[in-house]
Amino acid sequence: MLEIRNLHATINGKEILKGINLTINDGEIHAVMGTNGAGKSTLSNVIVGNPAYEVTEGEIIFNGRNLLEMSTEERANAGIFLSFQHPVEIPGVSMTNFLRAAVNARYKAQGREQLSAGDFLKLMREKRKIVELDNKLTSRSVNEGFSGGEKKRNEIFQMAMLEPTFCILDETDSGLDVDALRIVAEGFNKLRKGETSAIVITHYQRLLDYLKPDIVHILIDGKIIKTGGPELALEIDENGFNNYIQQ
Amino acid sequence: MNNNQYIDLYTQVGETIRSRSCGVMNLHREEARKVLEANGFPSQKVEKYKYTNVEQDFAPDYGIQLSSVGNTRTEFCRQLKDADLDVENYYNKIADNTDSIVALNTMLAVDTLLIHVPRNIHVKYPIQINNVLKGNQDTMTNRRVLIIMEQGAQADIIISDHAVDHQQFLTNQVIEVFCADNSHLNLYEIEETNLMCTRYSNVFIREGRDCSVRHTVLTIFNGHTRNFCRVMMVGENSETILNGCVIADKMQRVDNNTCIEHIVPNCQSKQLYKYVLDDSAVGAFAGLIHVHKDAQKTISEMTNANICATRQARMFTQPMLEIYADDVKCSHGSTVGQLNDQALFYMRQRGISLYEAQLLLKSAFITEVIDTIPLEVLRDRLHLIVDKRMRGELSKCEGCKLC
Repeated sequence: MLEIRNLHATINGKEILKGINLTINDGEIHAVMGTNGAGKSTLSNVIVGNPAYEVTEGEIIFNGRNLLEMSTEERANAGIFLSFQHPVEIPGVSMTNFLRAAVNARYKAQGREQLSAGDFLKLMREKRKIVELDNKLTSRSVNEGFSGGEKKRNEIFQMAMLEPTFCILDETDSGLDVDALRIVAEGFNKLRKGETSAIVITHYQRLLDYLKPDIVHILIDGKIIKTGGPELALEIDENGFNNYIQQ
Repeated sequence: MNNNQYIDLYTQVGETIRSRSCGVMNLHREEARKVLEANGFPSQKVEKYKYTNVEQDFAPDYGIQLSSVGNTRTEFCRQLKDADLDVENYYNKIADNTDSIVALNTMLAVDTLLIHVPRNIHVKYPIQINNVLKGNQDTMTNRRVLIIMEQGAQADIIISDHAVDHQQFLTNQVIEVFCADNSHLNLYEIEETNLMCTRYSNVFIREGRDCSVRHTVLTIFNGHTRNFCRVMMVGENSETILNGCVIADKMQRVDNNTCIEHIVPNCQSKQLYKYVLDDSAVGAFAGLIHVHKDAQKTISEMTNANICATRQARMFTQPMLEIYADDVKCSHGSTVGQLNDQALFYMRQRGISLYEAQLLLKSAFITEVIDTIPLEVLRDRLHLIVDKRMRGELSKCEGCKLC
């Protein structure tokens, strides 16, 4: 599904990613763990095409297409979804208008007929239940006045609306209490179809207990220094990154 | 034409104007002519006209309107008799005739639209006045409006400007508003004309005790616009809200000037003006809160927030406070910025195109002003109009039967 080869990226001239290689097959969940500032969020931003980052070397192939030649919205409409570490508040833009524009864009890209207003609201109602998101929140401005937990639930709700094939969960567990974490993680599992792949960025084992990654990578100083099975996450949870930093 | 040519014009047609007008209006013409003669048009060296080129705006050889539209010419005078109102106490009493543009209006206006809401009358439905600029030659109109709210009166008044023909139109408007004690007025001005229209508007409001006045001016589509609004708060426990929004692109220019005079204690005022400037549009805002010596316990705030969506768009903003009392709470603030990159990225990550995301953000920015409008039907309509305007679909006034 996704293949990253020798990826180098900078922000404001500072090199953050220093040669990432990563292959994710259909239906696989990869966890990326690493110290603060290692480049985890940069990796997710580069995959989705945040214009603030510059790719200086390497390539990303998504289902046979060169991702780096595609605009942010083209990548999104090709099925890539990022659950933001810090979802952005957009005062004045209602959740309904925002999602409607997003769903319409997605349908248009897929050559599907646009949803009627009634069908759209029905879809919202249906998907909202999956993450137990309050009705009141969807009538407000995007993320405005949402608590940390509500923002993360809202991310998964948007994922439900857009049905991506490749998801990046960027520290979706940060700021969540145990119940909210369960709702978000179970919501994700419910939505995930067989071929959907994901990268899960996290500091903690807790989220991985629910999501059950197939492969775990350790990212330090812009490079993946170790790849292993789910047991690697358990080891990190126990011993921290010290062993790897010293290497 | 320059100011002398306007005076010459008055010399030629003054007799006709006087004969078609009312005694009370004729009383002030000569004085106004003298002011115009002595002061001339303000140049851009005059602080409050810094961002408006009066000479250029008034330069075309405009024809002027000597008769009123239809048969309403004598309406004003007739109304005066019916209303049992001593209009001499109101007409031209608070308009600032030291301003040459106001003086020009006083000198040339043929008729006055009088809206008189008698004591304790609550006007149930909003009053809408549509000004439609029409004609086959370049025309200047001097529009005069007098709004008298008697004690305990309440009204919503919507004044909208439209243009049907593609001629150069210059509207020079003066509105005087008198709000007696405990009266409540919502005055909306909506400008939806075209690139060839120039508008000068001078609004003067005097507010008594326990009043609330809300003046909202929305520049949706225009050529060149200069709006001025002065509020004199002469009675205690009153509230003034001045709001405005501007959507401008291409070569449009919009200049909003406000002045709130807090003369007595215990009053509140609030101002919110927001601009979205695209292409090579130029915006200006100058707001003044003037708190007089005795106006203790004044609460006043002024906000002007602006977006320049391109590098060519320009915004000049000047929020001002003059405070001579020592127990007041006043704030003023101004921002000029670009669309939020993070919000744009967030929306694009959800598949929304850059163009659409920008539209959503620009509309959202303006929404804050529109959402302050208490009149629900108007609010909904304006949301629609703003959305269409942003998409460039507003080629004619929405739903107007005349166009």
